[in-house]
Amino acid sequence: MTTKLTAADRPRAVVEPGTLVLLCLAAWLVPGAGHWWMGRRQKAIVFLLALPAMFAIGLVLHGRVFPFEFSEPLVGLAAVANFLAGAPWILTRFLDGGHGMVTAVTYEYGNCFLIVSGLLNFLVILDAYDVAVGRK
Amino acid sequence: MTSHFFLLVLFAFFVSTVFGVLLRDEPRQQLRTGAVMFGGFIATALVLGWLMYPFPL
Repeated sequence: MTTKLTAADRPRAVVEPGTLVLLCLAAWLVPGAGHWWMGRRQKAIVFLLALPAMFAIGLVLHGRVFPFEFSEPLVGLAAVANFLAGAPWILTRFLDGGHGMVTAVTYEYGNCFLIVSGLLNFLVILDAYDVAVGRK
Repeated sequence: MTSHFFLLVLFAFFVSTVFGVLLRDEPRQQLRTGAVMFGGFIATALVLGWLMYPFPL
């Protein structure tokens, strides 16, 4: 008979500070990579599928990947949120995409998907950090 | 892809999926949390939509 481990029963993972930085970088770059690293494969796969999909849908909906213009605070904050999406953001910038189409009826929806995708990835990074330091 | 309701449902699906998986460890609990959150998103949107219906834009 097998018993399921609860979060409290799991062995506490404590990672070296250098490894923690690498883990957070990996978790930023590839959504879910931090959880994969910490052995939480099921969560990692869901994040890997859901977050880039949200970002891609945002682009399809003609959302804009905002530039880092902090003279306009909301644009700057949106740019930070976009940046937090990791590899999808890098790819989009590299391929010169994400200009957005303000006249498109779905423009705001696209922005919403793009921004929330990055913010959710930030929560995922924080969760991976908590797992790595043994808080979860 | 221009239906507001469809996009709302799509958004709610993704956000509740990520939160469900993030907040719970057991698959059954994840599914339950995600489903409750998804239902909450949709119900709130419908209620707020009807509450705003009498007001002109």
